[in-house]
Amino acid sequence: MNQLVGTIETVNIQPAEIKEPHPMAEFWYFFKQNTGAVIGLSIVMIFLVLAIVAPWLSPFDPAEIQDGALRLGPAWTADGHLPYLLGTDDVGRDQLSRLLYGARISLGVGFVVVFISLTAGTFLGLMAGYFGGWVDHIVMRSVDILMSLPSILLAIVVVSILGPSLLNAIIAVSVVAMPGFVRLTRASMMSEKVKNYVVASRTFGAHPARLIFREILPNCMAPIMIQGTLGFSEGILNAAALGFLGLGAQAPTPEWGTMLADSRAFIESSPWMVTLPGLCILLVVLGFNLFGDGLRDAFDPRLRK
Amino acid sequence: MAASLLKRLLVIVPTLLGVSILAFGLIRLVPGDPVLLLIGERGASPEVYAEMRANLGLDQSLLNQYMQFVGRAVTGDLGTSIISKRPVMEEFLDRFPATVELGFLAMILAIAIGIPVGIVAAVKRNSFLDYFFIGVSLIGYSMPIFWWGLILILVFSVSLGWTPVSGRIDVLYDIEPVTGFMLIDSLLSEEGWPAFWDALRHLALPAMALGTIPLAVVTRMTRSSLLEVLGEDYIRTAKAQGYGSLWVVCVYAMRNALIPVVTVIGLMFGSIITGAILTETIFSWPGIGKWLVHSVTARDYPVIQGGILLIACLVIMINMGVDLMNSLVNPKLRDLQS
Repeated sequence: MNQLVGTIETVNIQPAEIKEPHPMAEFWYFFKQNTGAVIGLSIVMIFLVLAIVAPWLSPFDPAEIQDGALRLGPAWTADGHLPYLLGTDDVGRDQLSRLLYGARISLGVGFVVVFISLTAGTFLGLMAGYFGGWVDHIVMRSVDILMSLPSILLAIVVVSILGPSLLNAIIAVSVVAMPGFVRLTRASMMSEKVKNYVVASRTFGAHPARLIFREILPNCMAPIMIQGTLGFSEGILNAAALGFLGLGAQAPTPEWGTMLADSRAFIESSPWMVTLPGLCILLVVLGFNLFGDGLRDAFDPRLRK
Repeated sequence: MAASLLKRLLVIVPTLLGVSILAFGLIRLVPGDPVLLLIGERGASPEVYAEMRANLGLDQSLLNQYMQFVGRAVTGDLGTSIISKRPVMEEFLDRFPATVELGFLAMILAIAIGIPVGIVAAVKRNSFLDYFFIGVSLIGYSMPIFWWGLILILVFSVSLGWTPVSGRIDVLYDIEPVTGFMLIDSLLSEEGWPAFWDALRHLALPAMALGTIPLAVVTRMTRSSLLEVLGEDYIRTAKAQGYGSLWVVCVYAMRNALIPVVTVIGLMFGSIITGAILTETIFSWPGIGKWLVHSVTARDYPVIQGGILLIACLVIMINMGVDLMNSLVNPKLRDLQS
């Protein structure tokens, strides 16, 4: 008898010992199994660190013109020499310093674009999904209009109204990125708002604002975060494309797309000037895409192996 | 079927309306006086100014102006370019074939390479070849094509000297435009094959640059869609019945796996336009993309206005066409949406 009680007791203890893993720990467990995602996160982290320490790491001021050092190749090639590790550009500015400061601009642009488009897009999506009716109609028809114009073309429209500058390029690219967030949030809202917890909260007399932002929004966050990560790469790519077309950041700014545009004329004589800024854009965009794909796989239980 | 077709047509009306308001509002949203913008500050004697203002209809009410704008646009009158003084519609039609030719070849490249590669990746799942193709298509998907185009020039034109850097055909050849498509016109002309070959060499790099992202998308889509289908019961049944695996994959599985791939290809039209704007700028390709960018830098507002309206209408029409095609091919969608 005593023995039996003892067994029951040990059985009773066990459930307490199995602790459910923290959601973040569980997420990280699945995320780190995805090699691509870890590579993506590493690339993003490296560029983030480089962007932060750019002022201390850059050997020169990115706008400073070095006398007698025009269009040098990287230091390890025949037509380059130290201290210009990655060479100089067509007016003699140090390429490495410009690329490092360019990381600041590109990541900064990505951040601002995601912040603006995510905030505005999520808000509109929540409103359209929750209230339905004419609010939904107005928001969704506007989204249809924005989506019927190819992204760069829409950005060109905005820039042609506001004039070319880095700030206007950011505004343009944010407008372009918004429809994705609106659609995503609206869809989540539609499926969440009929669930029992929302109905329960409403019967307790919760204010719509509380329902939308405190109860429902947290449950819509996963797809929004994934879209946000992918939005970084979209934003960086589109802003660089505008810079390349001469409709974004203007000449002395060390923006990667603008640097590419300036280097076009020297493609035969100094191929390095063309290669490096584009490689940076590719790596950052690839990093965010890999990271975003990994996030999606880790958040979606169906995609886990 | 007729009812659902009508419903679809009705849905695009508000979108078209919105796009026309956007295009109409564009020139009025620009800070400053549109008349001064159009004629330039210097050439603005009071008479010229008043005449221009009346010509543009700016002396009338906004609603009146809009109605006139739409009325003219429907009949194909989109105003006159400030720079070339030619009708916008005419300029557009001159350049449109060049963009279509470029986009068409890019899509052919993407489909002809992407689908077989996607099939191989799916069949050889988790092999080295699969990982290699996934990796390459991921890089392709993230590619800034304005840089990729320059790298292609660097490798194939500058280093190897295989292809020309810009334009549609060598100035040596004087090709009479018949269809507007250089590949066809060159064959129709007296120059014949040598001219065709030259035109094809001019087209090769731009099409490769423009086709890269669609290629990556088609590859990824084919792979994932085929993987899904290969797990189905009917595939196992077909294999059990003793059909060769090549036959099963290419005939049984691909028939269903292609549906989402075709949808994606249809919906890629918008991104082709975006890509064309960048590609044409790099390769000095005389299409609508380069024309639009040029008119933005030159502040040629009637051209921007007309170009946006035309492209948006095209995208809307094509998306609707893809939708309709899908509902024809896939009966499930038909029931769901009606």
